Amino acid sequence: MSRTVETDVAVVGAGPAGLAAAARAAEQGACVTLIDQAWAPGGQIWRRRPGAGEPRAARGWMARVVAAGVQRLAVAEVIDGDLDAAPAIGLTVVTRGEIIHLRARTVVLATGARELFLPFPGWTLPNVLGAAGLQALIKGGLAVRGRRVVLAGSGPLLLPVASTLARAGARLAIVAEQTPPASLRAFVRSLWRSPAHLAAAMAMRGGFAGTPYRAGTWVTRADGDGRIQQVTLTDGARTWRESCDLLACGYGLVPSTELARLLGCALSRAGITVDNAQRTSVDRVFAAGECTGIGGAPLSVVEGEIAGLAAARVAVVPRVLAARRSAERAFAARVADAFALRDELRALALPDTIICRCEDVRRGALDDAHEARDARLHARLGMGACQGRVCGAALEVLRGWEPGAARPPVFPAPLAALAEPNRPRA
Amino acid sequence: MSADLVEFTVDGRVVRAERGVCLAAAMMNAGIVAFRVSVGGEARGPLCGMGICFECRVTVSGVPHQRACLIACEPGLTVETGAAG
Repeated sequence: MSRTVETDVAVVGAGPAGLAAAARAAEQGACVTLIDQAWAPGGQIWRRRPGAGEPRAARGWMARVVAAGVQRLAVAEVIDGDLDAAPAIGLTVVTRGEIIHLRARTVVLATGARELFLPFPGWTLPNVLGAAGLQALIKGGLAVRGRRVVLAGSGPLLLPVASTLARAGARLAIVAEQTPPASLRAFVRSLWRSPAHLAAAMAMRGGFAGTPYRAGTWVTRADGDGRIQQVTLTDGARTWRESCDLLACGYGLVPSTELARLLGCALSRAGITVDNAQRTSVDRVFAAGECTGIGGAPLSVVEGEIAGLAAARVAVVPRVLAARRSAERAFAARVADAFALRDELRALALPDTIICRCEDVRRGALDDAHEARDARLHARLGMGACQGRVCGAALEVLRGWEPGAARPPVFPAPLAALAEPNRPRA
Repeated sequence: MSADLVEFTVDGRVVRAERGVCLAAAMMNAGIVAFRVSVGGEARGPLCGMGICFECRVTVSGVPHQRACLIACEPGLTVETGAAG
């Protein structure tokens, strides 16, 4: 089953950037189609627990999206993009078994970010999750009351996760932040310049006041029989074990850029490269939010607003939005400095530690490879279902390897979607 | 709250969850930790919680390789764990 849908602006992703872009473009009179992987809008950060109301920041944008008549495709993934359908940009969308060929005048990529996982012995055991991963599952209805949890990794994201865990009744043993205490202290001292961020951080720390939040501490291994039972932590001088039911460990976020790479957009280490109007290097393709660089929800919203206006052909970037974007980007740069990853994390994987979880490729099989392409050909690295989303990001940190080219379908798709005609790409 | 429970099966066992709960969370709440078996024979469960890592994939009502973290619990689903690869 397939059909063709024409639209003025296609927005890919319905988190803060995507919702703001869709609302702003539709309010200019554009016909806007919003493609959302989830069944409810909001992306990860504005995701709600069943029965819970939206966060206050989200409510306004969701209402504006509805009021402006944005068409939302839920449980939908873009698996391919096509620039040869000029003047339209073609996007192949799979939604609930149906294939939609979207033909858009302009596209806003708001594909967001995902968690960075770094391999350590035992990280493939069941009940070892990401920090954002555990947060997402709790919002999805996971009950953690009474369960002993160790939270580890790096970055400001650990605070809301810890606060969520405490509120949900988990027995949170420790929050282990890898950045050195001096870096964390300097960052906290700098927060007076960002009162809104300071207030949010203090409220979240208050939410798990009974649990130690230890900087300069990281996980070295996980052990257990069929599931995690014990985690080993170190502060560089002392090493100790904590028993736990769940380990949540994530090293911050990395941009999701598969679709951008497929369309040929220029990228830097930070994410998709954009100009003052959030234009990418590809004509009529814009990008906003964390796929252009990690910076948090407030930055994503303002970038989404600018991208939405530009995609609806508003020629001038409003000065107030540009100023807000500058301030948030400056804050994001301070966060990135404060939570830079320590070298010890690059040496946690042992020769028999799995790096690629889809194909069970162990570190030892990669030691002689010089780039991701080598490892793909010789060891099947990144050839499984996740298409290198997990191991590719890890190996960028561990070995400095550039991610490979993105190939369609960027998400696994039913055969019918791949057998469709009108796909000029060979 | 209990009025809005949905009922489905996982490997033949009846599981109940609130409507709107995601399948991966409901399965973990039911004590299931192993969702699939890796190509090397290891048990795996959810990692990313957001459709990226594909570790939580299960067979849902006959359709293989569905990410349990992206699916909402619905009455009558038949879920099978343990698919290899």
